[in-house]
Amino acid sequence: MAKKTIRTIPQDRTPIPEQAPEVRAKNFDEVTLGYEVEQALNESMRCLLCPEPACVPACPVSIDIPGFIEKISNKDYRGAYDTISQNSLLPAICGRVCPQEDQCEMVCPVGETLEPVAIGRLERWIGDLAIKEGWASIPYSKPNTFKIGVVGSGPAGMACAADMAKAGCDVTIFEALHKPGGVLRYGIPEFRLPNSVVDTELENLAKLGVKIECNVLIGRLFTIEDMLEEMGFDAVFVGTGAGAPKFMGIPGETLNGVLSANELLTRCNLMGAGDFPRHDTPMHLGKRISVIGSGNTAMDAMRVCLRLGAENVTCVYRRTEAESPARLEELHHANEEGIEFHWLTTPIEILDDGEGNVRAMRCLEMELGEPDDSGRRRPIPVEGSEFELETDMVIYAIGTNPNPIIGQTSKLKLNQWGYIEVDENMAGSIAGVYAGGDIVTGAATVILAMGAGRDAARSMKAYLGIRDSERACQIQDDGPMNRLFGIDIEERNFARIRIA
Amino acid sequence: MSFPALLHWSNSADTLHETSILAEVVLAMNKVGKNCKTNRNGASDGSPGGLELTGGNCGIVAREDFSDVTFLLEFHHPMMARAARPGQFVIVIAHEDGERIPLTIADFDADKGTVTLVIQAVGKTTRQMQEICQVGTKIHSVVGPMGVPSNTKGPKKVICVGGGLGVAPVYPQARAFKENGAYVIGVIGFRSKELMFWEDKFKAVCDEFIVCTDDGSEGIKGRVTDGIELALKGHDDIDELVAIGPPIMMQASVETTRPHNIKSTVSLNPIMVDGTGMCGGCRVMVGNELKFACVDGPDFDGHQVDFSDLMNRLARFRPDEKKAVENWEGG
Repeated sequence: MAKKTIRTIPQDRTPIPEQAPEVRAKNFDEVTLGYEVEQALNESMRCLLCPEPACVPACPVSIDIPGFIEKISNKDYRGAYDTISQNSLLPAICGRVCPQEDQCEMVCPVGETLEPVAIGRLERWIGDLAIKEGWASIPYSKPNTFKIGVVGSGPAGMACAADMAKAGCDVTIFEALHKPGGVLRYGIPEFRLPNSVVDTELENLAKLGVKIECNVLIGRLFTIEDMLEEMGFDAVFVGTGAGAPKFMGIPGETLNGVLSANELLTRCNLMGAGDFPRHDTPMHLGKRISVIGSGNTAMDAMRVCLRLGAENVTCVYRRTEAESPARLEELHHANEEGIEFHWLTTPIEILDDGEGNVRAMRCLEMELGEPDDSGRRRPIPVEGSEFELETDMVIYAIGTNPNPIIGQTSKLKLNQWGYIEVDENMAGSIAGVYAGGDIVTGAATVILAMGAGRDAARSMKAYLGIRDSERACQIQDDGPMNRLFGIDIEERNFARIRIA
Repeated sequence: MSFPALLHWSNSADTLHETSILAEVVLAMNKVGKNCKTNRNGASDGSPGGLELTGGNCGIVAREDFSDVTFLLEFHHPMMARAARPGQFVIVIAHEDGERIPLTIADFDADKGTVTLVIQAVGKTTRQMQEICQVGTKIHSVVGPMGVPSNTKGPKKVICVGGGLGVAPVYPQARAFKENGAYVIGVIGFRSKELMFWEDKFKAVCDEFIVCTDDGSEGIKGRVTDGIELALKGHDDIDELVAIGPPIMMQASVETTRPHNIKSTVSLNPIMVDGTGMCGGCRVMVGNELKFACVDGPDFDGHQVDFSDLMNRLARFRPDEKKAVENWEGG
């Protein structure tokens, strides 16, 4: 076959079928419907199969992207799934929620001239096909005697648990809520990530032998120290997630009708408040809803409100669309569905209707000044620009503070902001305790959390002296010094004496 | 000062939020022996792991009905019984499609491996629990203990006040104060004698004990504030007051100690969802600062708490609560 060039590949990115905006804004069914096989094959032809692909290092978990796309174009779909599975536990999830335009698709050379290869859509297609066909990459792993505890069943915990189970460990995940999945369950709404997809990935974990115990709040029912000292866990991974929602500290934040996006999403996604009173959890949705912030959580909150029947949903963000941290696709979808955007606007007070409910929000218009520490231009209030925005529900989606429970109940060292401090191996200050995901970095993405979980698993295996076959294969044999009896010395083969 | 609503809350079911203070659960804690080699499946009561979401599915070993609305549930959960401390709470889900309601622990017994809740059937969920939670069944889901435990060390002389259902959650604190060597003055208040519960149990951990009833059918005729005033008259060396009950009662109680500058602790039970600090639904204003009752509390300095804000927030879902009850009664 002749080498593909930018001129010979299909020029247009294969469009993905979507529900029409006016239809989908009234239901919770998935917005993007996914490729059919012909569409996936067509899109797979657009990959140039670069010998030194830029997309692989741009992927937080280094998926062999040209490798799996080539297998798709050869109609070896199972092979494509196996290729992805070597690095990613959750293709059906990450294909949906990764910010591909900032990662693999951003560096795709096709994107220099045309639209980049739709890597995320292909990944999702393979992930969905695997679910449909019941494929799972369950390698045989020789059981060892190590017991691993994982705190939190979100993407970081799931990834760490899977790797440790594949290494033969006895893994238990502890989840504080009554259903597992973390942010994939309570946070990301059904129309973006169906719960059935999360369930399948959790079932795959169960097939690996991972146990999940819900309704266990670590720190309060028992502590991380208890796990190591009394319960026989050899290592613990802490992936407790983003934590406590931030408020701004402006007047009126305790009025009824003011809530965090976390609360809205938890009520709706986890508790079924959209189906009140058949489900017991109420929502008491407003009619004219303002959402403060413009990240993915803000987009999710706004689109949930629309689907629950809000008449008007407005986004209030102090910078411009260009600085909005949301995925492009989410912004685009929100726009299409009729969300109103007030860019360069910041609230300064939430006003009372006289009965303890929200009546309006007093706002200031902003303009962009000099760049700040984040490199983004700093918004500055425009003098005399104060105005009232009529609203009966205000939702905060401006990020999170670290959850205090681990700090309150463990000696694990935290950094100055209250996040768990880890070294380059994801190891915390207590021997055998690793941490990763949002509780280490602050709010980030599913794929970064998953990557952190895998990094931690790698270090955990080294700490426990479990030979990491994956790692051993990756190391080039460049001399006897690097290998002792076939064992990579970087594995820091700790001799651990277990006291029975 | 007059608080017409004081102590009248126990029968005003329809005005009360399901997840408010009224659905207090008391978890009692005995000597918490560190008898480790813990049951790893503690939370799931011995159920197998995997994807079975049977987390807090705890068997009910005892039930006692104090009145037609107030009832006690004692359930088996050895790990929770071992971990619980006075002042902490649990979150209960009554059934598959149920809401998460916070209930303060009324008692816990590490030796028996049980946790006790005292519940008032005031809304849809608690009324349903009154119906379905029988000995031999399991509570659908319980997670806990949650929240920062009360500090029961230090004070030499303390007044422990329980208003109505609040008697249950303040009991383990009174007991712990006593065990830590404090002189404990118990003040409990009910509308009338028929609604009283745990008076003997409470009295047993107190050096002095004052019962107040609205109608004078037991103890002194008056509200808990009258009982507190009585205790303050008898002692000018009170170190701390702990008051648990409906917000209006806690507010009234801490006003009695404000002129005397006595440290006054209240236990807040605002509306919560997860109870782990994630949703922020339970935020309360304490000394002009925003606090999350679930992870920063539930205990706060009563002199700093903005009670009117708290009471406004407790009314947040009132129309929905009504609708839920109607829907449930309608079958």
